[in-house]
Parts: sequence; C-alpha cells; structure tokens
Amino acid sequence: MGEAIVVTSGKGGVGKTTTTANIGTALALKEKRVCLVDTDIGLRNLDVVMGLENRIIYDLVDVVVGRCKLHQALVKDKRFDNKLYLLPAAQASDKTAVTPEQMKTLIDELKQDFDYVIIDCPAGIEQGFKNAIAGADRALVVTTPEVSAVRDADRIIGILEKEERIAPPRLIINRLRNHLMKTGDMLDIDEITTHLSIDLIGVVVDDDEVIKSTTHGEPIVLNPNSKAAIAYRNIARRILGESVPLQPLEDEQKGVFSKLKKLFAGK
Amino acid sequence: MKKKQNVVIKGTKEGLTFHLCDACSFEELKRELEERLTENTFLHNDSQPISVKVHSGNRYLSEDQKDEIRNIIGKKRNLVIESFDANVITKAEAKELAAQNEIISVARIVRSGQILAVPGDLLLVGDVNPGGMVMAGGNIFIMGALKGIAHAGVNGNSSAIISASVMKPTQLRINDCITRAPDGGFPENERRGMECAYIDEDNRIVIDRLQVLIQLRPNLTRLEGGF
Repeated sequence: MGEAIVVTSGKGGVGKTTTTANIGTALALKEKRVCLVDTDIGLRNLDVVMGLENRIIYDLVDVVVGRCKLHQALVKDKRFDNKLYLLPAAQASDKTAVTPEQMKTLIDELKQDFDYVIIDCPAGIEQGFKNAIAGADRALVVTTPEVSAVRDADRIIGILEKEERIAPPRLIINRLRNHLMKTGDMLDIDEITTHLSIDLIGVVVDDDEVIKSTTHGEPIVLNPNSKAAIAYRNIARRILGESVPLQPLEDEQKGVFSKLKKLFAGK
Repeated sequence: MKKKQNVVIKGTKEGLTFHLCDACSFEELKRELEERLTENTFLHNDSQPISVKVHSGNRYLSEDQKDEIRNIIGKKRNLVIESFDANVITKAEAKELAAQNEIISVARIVRSGQILAVPGDLLLVGDVNPGGMVMAGGNIFIMGALKGIAHAGVNGNSSAIISASVMKPTQLRINDCITRAPDGGFPENERRGMECAYIDEDNRIVIDRLQVLIQLRPNLTRLEGGF
C-alpha cells in the first residue's frame, strides 16, 4: 500500500507542476514505483512538462465515469522502466466533472499498485483543490519567496491543517534568488519558515536550466549537474525518510549555510 | 385581614419602582397592576414624565410578558419604563454570562482566511498571520506575533485591551474603534517587548508598553484579596 502526496500552493505559477514532475521522477530514479496524477482538469500540463503529451489516449475523467479501466489511462514513461506512470487530466471537461469522493476512490486504487502517488493540484481553493486533496495522505506546499505566494500558502496550510487525514504539510521554497535574498529585497528562508511555521522539506534555487528542460519535456532531475536537480533529488530522499542537510546556496556563503543547517537540524 | 398586595409601588428619588409579587399568577398580576394604576390618582397628573423600574422578584418575565406589562403601564402617558429587573435569569443567559467572563485559551496559528472568535477573553498561544482574524467579547492576549487583525470588545466593551508579544497588526479594532498599521509597515528590528493596545480618553486606539495597563485597567486583576 503506497502513499499519496499532494503538491499544492494556492497561488498559481509558483511551480507545482514542475515540482510534481521532478519529485516523481526523482522517486522513480530511487527505484520506487510512482504514479503522477494531474488533477488540473481543463488546464492540464503535467503531461507536457513530462514530455508525454502524444501518448495520452484516456484521461482521469474517462476513468472516473467508467469509459475505460484505470490501467488503460495510465501513461508509462519509457525512460524509467516500469517505474513511472502518469494519469493525465482531461482537457475537454472542467473541475466539476469529478467529485472528491470519486477522486478518493481513484487515489486509493492507485495506492494499491504504486509506492507513491504524487498529485498535482490546480491553483485556487475551489473544487479542483478539494478534489486534489481528497485522497492525499501527505501534502507538500510550494511557495516562492514573494509575499503574495507566502500569503496564499498560509491560507492553504490553514485548510490542510483542518483535514485530519492529512499529515502536517511540509514546505518547499521554490525559485529562491540568492542575490536578492542577501540584499534583503526578497523574503529570506528564515522569514518564510517562521511565518508559516511548518517543516521545511527543501529549497530550490531559481535555475534557468529548469525552464530549458521543461521546454524539452524532460524533468530537470535527470540532469545531475544542475542545482535545482540536486535540490529535487534531496527532497525525494527526505520524502523517503533520509536525513539530508540543505544544500549550500552558494559555496562561499558560509554564514547562510550554517544558518540553514541549523534551521533544518532544528526540525 | 388585609390582603397581601401583589403590586407594591414605591417612590424613590429617581422615580417609581414597581415590585411585582412572584407568587401569584401572571393574569392576577396584570389585573391588579391595572387596578392599582387606575386607583392611584396621583398618577393621573400627566404634567411631567416619571421613570419606572419594574422588579419582578423571583419571577422570570419572557419578552412577551414584558411587552404586556409595558402596554399596561404605558397607558399612563406620564409613566416611562426605564428597566426590568429580576432575581432570576434563564440558564442560557447564565451560560452566556459565564462565557463572557471566561478566558479561553487556544494553541494554534490563526492563518490567512481563518477567523477565531470567542465570547469572553482570548488567550492565544501562537500567531495571527496576515489575513487571519481574532475576535473576542473581552480582552485579547496573544503570546506570539499579531500580524493580522484583532478585534477586542466586539459587543461594545471599549475598555477591552489587546496585547501581543510582537505587535505588528494589519488592523486593531476595539469596540467600534479601528486603527491600521502605518503605511510602509512597522520599523524594522525594533525590539520593544510585549505591547498592548487600548482606547484612550480621546477615544483613539493607542499602543503602549504592557505595564501601563496596571494603572489604566486595574480590573484586569481578578485575584481576590491580593497577595
């Protein structure tokens, strides 16, 4: 019996889909059987980021209404030898095509077959969000170091904390720009974690390579030289229960590094 | 033998007090009240209004019954009912009263979009984040940081106070007074210790050191007898 993890943020454009794709891929690289589920019905794009768009035959809504069997809708990622699958969202329907109960049944079914089910949540707190969290056991909240994203993350955490089925959510700070944080023109990690007061599971620096790899439909984690890739791999290891210290944002920045280490050790 | 009167009218400096017997039936009471009002000729003089207090002893008067009494007494144009009083209240009222005097402690973070409301005083072990709101019928004590909105004395208590370890609210509201954060935010890194907000003589909300409350709001102390 596997575990379902929802990746959510409240605000759009902070990198939920990229995070889902990369954490899922990183877990598959760790020899886990992983299924990615896109719940952004009507605005699907996880398939594009994964480079699997052209293989979609059936989608999530087809499964829920019974037009096909679950295994027929799963798209296998050939790069990972039976380890990574994608359940794409429907593009022609909208969020109301599925109910939270149906979603939960679907996720429970997937959990029988996979070690990890990673759910990509749409932006907002409406029906799509409710569907996405319905079957989740754990939650990862993605935010960027911007006040608007942090505010929305706060709202989302508040809602997630009310859901008793879901373990306390953990935080990913995405697109961190070190030079702006150093000059104090962007929220720093400390500020964000004290404000949201939940566990930090990873920090991903802003990296042009992420955009390049997305364009080519290939998750950044496959490129081991990128800082963002290492960050995503570390997040995957932390999900697996390993204790991995936070990566230094910049090697010469001893001060920030020790601060981060202290912060992470404190959790 | 003189029959015990069910309605006793007493004159005081402030006006009249009607003592209504709590042992007779309500119908009997109404009848006798009407009789007493017609027989007392001194009440016919409608030159100046007289304020009336109604005390119903151990009888609980419902709102409908109060209206009936109001109608009877209101027939005398110079009588104005000032208040109803009784020795008894309903259980619901008692519970509400108890709740208003209670300090409720809550350990959590009030996040954006969440509203935490209590009837009495609130002791929050945690923060109020921007976009979050706490409301209390009485005082609000926040052990963490107040960065959202706090509204104390919601039911018209303007002596209520708000205190927080880190006072950086978006807005403070006490009773119907509202104040907001300075434009451009609070000064950075100014360590000021625990602070409180209260309504001063000019009916404005001011923020000051916590310790000023000892002088300004002595009734925050509920310990009887001193130490």
